[in-house]
Amino acid sequence: MELAFYASGLVAVLATLRVITSTNPIHALLYLIVSLLAVAMVFFALGAPFAGALEVIVYAGAIMVLFVFVVMMLNLKETVTAQERAWLGPRTWAGPSLLAAVLLVVLIAVLWRGDIGRVIAGDTLTAQAVGTVLFGPWLLVVELAAVLLLAALVTASHVGRSASRPPDDGSDGA
Amino acid sequence: MSGSTPAFVALAAAMAQALAILVGVVLLAAVMTVVERRLLGLWQDRHGPNRVGPAGSLQLVADMIKILFKEDWIPPFADRPLFVLAPVIAMASLLLSFMIIPLTPTWGVADWHIGLLFFFAMAGINVYAVLLGGWSSGNKYALLGAMRATAQTLSYEVFMGLSLMGVVALAGSFNLREIVAAQQGLWFIVPQFLGFCTFLVAGVAVTHRHPFDQPEAEQELADGYHIEYSGMKFGMFFIGEYIGMVLVSALIVTLFFGGWLGPWLPPFAWFALKTGALLVLFVLLRAALPRPRHDHVMSFGWRVCLPLTLINLLVTGAAILWLSPATD
Amino acid sequence: MWTSLIPATWSQLRTLGMVFRHAFRRRETVNYPDEAVYLPPRFRGRIVLTRDPDGEERCVACNLCAVACPVDCIALEKGEAEDGRWYPSSFRINFSRCIYCGLCEEACPTSAIQLTPDFEMSEYRRQDLVYEKEDLLIDGPGKDHDYHFYKVAGLAIAGKDKGEARDEKPPRDVRTLLP
Repeated sequence: MELAFYASGLVAVLATLRVITSTNPIHALLYLIVSLLAVAMVFFALGAPFAGALEVIVYAGAIMVLFVFVVMMLNLKETVTAQERAWLGPRTWAGPSLLAAVLLVVLIAVLWRGDIGRVIAGDTLTAQAVGTVLFGPWLLVVELAAVLLLAALVTASHVGRSASRPPDDGSDGA
Repeated sequence: MSGSTPAFVALAAAMAQALAILVGVVLLAAVMTVVERRLLGLWQDRHGPNRVGPAGSLQLVADMIKILFKEDWIPPFADRPLFVLAPVIAMASLLLSFMIIPLTPTWGVADWHIGLLFFFAMAGINVYAVLLGGWSSGNKYALLGAMRATAQTLSYEVFMGLSLMGVVALAGSFNLREIVAAQQGLWFIVPQFLGFCTFLVAGVAVTHRHPFDQPEAEQELADGYHIEYSGMKFGMFFIGEYIGMVLVSALIVTLFFGGWLGPWLPPFAWFALKTGALLVLFVLLRAALPRPRHDHVMSFGWRVCLPLTLINLLVTGAAILWLSPATD
Repeated sequence: MWTSLIPATWSQLRTLGMVFRHAFRRRETVNYPDEAVYLPPRFRGRIVLTRDPDGEERCVACNLCAVACPVDCIALEKGEAEDGRWYPSSFRINFSRCIYCGLCEEACPTSAIQLTPDFEMSEYRRQDLVYEKEDLLIDGPGKDHDYHFYKVAGLAIAGKDKGEARDEKPPRDVRTLLP
């Protein structure tokens, strides 16, 4: 289990690096998908297959599909690749990398000194257990998230409606 | 690992079983391509392909030889790595889903408690095959086909997942073995009839089978997302479609028709019989129903099927709560 | 949409049932090379040149068929026998161009050129589809059993002078004034 965890973690990190450095947008998105799949594998390795499956279904299977879908529609040409390459110059990435490096050092220091006390065991968390926890102690959070999503849904439906044409009630066929 | 420990023998047996299921599924999908043509001929008052071998039995061999020796062409304007990757995803993601399906009480590859979720994950990954194949071809028809396929698959996967939640709630598990075991008294098609209807529609739509094959509508898109594919790459898309068909049939059997359960016959015979009947239904759908317009497909999915599944889920949940003894 | 859901579903199911019942119908196609295809007697297929009941060629090389042909696939040359009869010294039909419209048959004044119920003319080489006179000429009278052009035509040939044809009066002597 440990080997699986570290291997998929490595894949996730490498794929994410390629997301940043890749000049072709579609290829970058593909690396992002690989990265998400690797994170899902990390969840599997940690004994949370429910979270891993949801990660694949929701992130890799639905959200990233929309990303790829939109980027495909943009009809990207060679100029985009050139632009990406220009953005990858040291002047652009040096600052953010430096700041991120500071954060990394802090993170490592905290991890090094603090006793996490967690080891990677093969214990499996079942879907039932996740559900019990979600709808037990965390019921309020789940309900709030649901309300938030509902608001987003209503907004999207309102924004996406075309004002000029009355909504098609589908009566011209079914 | 020493050669003949019980663990090793068990491992080898499991591997052999998995390999047998894999080969069996691929072969069944390949055979379905010919069976479908014969059945279509039957329902269209024709004979269908019956020239190669006795009663057309070797047609499959002829098709395979043809498709293997075709020129495997990659267009110069295509995005090479993605162009090669797409058919692999198409076939592999659906084949992987067969891991979770129990064929008999003893046969099956994986026995996971997240079984059904794994199928949804693989169905989600499968979208990329069409999406990347359509985009990397560098062809407008292919891109339009990929657009349609993505929109359609995403829309129908939403309620495909929801339509099975009633089954999951009744069985109390995502594990397909436990779901089959829970149908000992009554097949789930009776209490979950709405879920069955919507899952059937969603299954047809997600595998791009007729009448939901707008992504590859010949008349409008000249074959949609796999227009630039030839040779075995096209073959993988093609077989992938039939693997999807077999997969959805096997899933419907497992989830709604009691899997291997049945009197007199051995469990595998029941499973094969039920799956075969559903495969025939898939072909009958293709033979009988015309292709609706794409926006009708979308509005049917969102305005009819999604509310139906939500109602189904709500009623199922209420009924379970109503019938279960009070615990506190 | 919701009100039409039940009738629409019923309509789809009914379609499925009706199509399924076609499994027990008669096949509309035939296993062609194994089973012969029924061709009606007036089927327009391979073109032949027929002979009259006496066994002579009917074609008089009038070229009407070649003129009538919309795709110009007929080519022939006139020859004249010693007895005064006209005949085609060569007759060529390019079947790779022929559209089997039958206009040549309609144009023919002597029932010589006829279309027959036969379509099995495939060749591997296009040149083999050019039929010469010896390929076209058959030994029988075809569909028109009794017609004999020279027996009814006014043309003088050896053994039949003017005025001796069927239903023909002797030629009038234009130099006399007597009725």
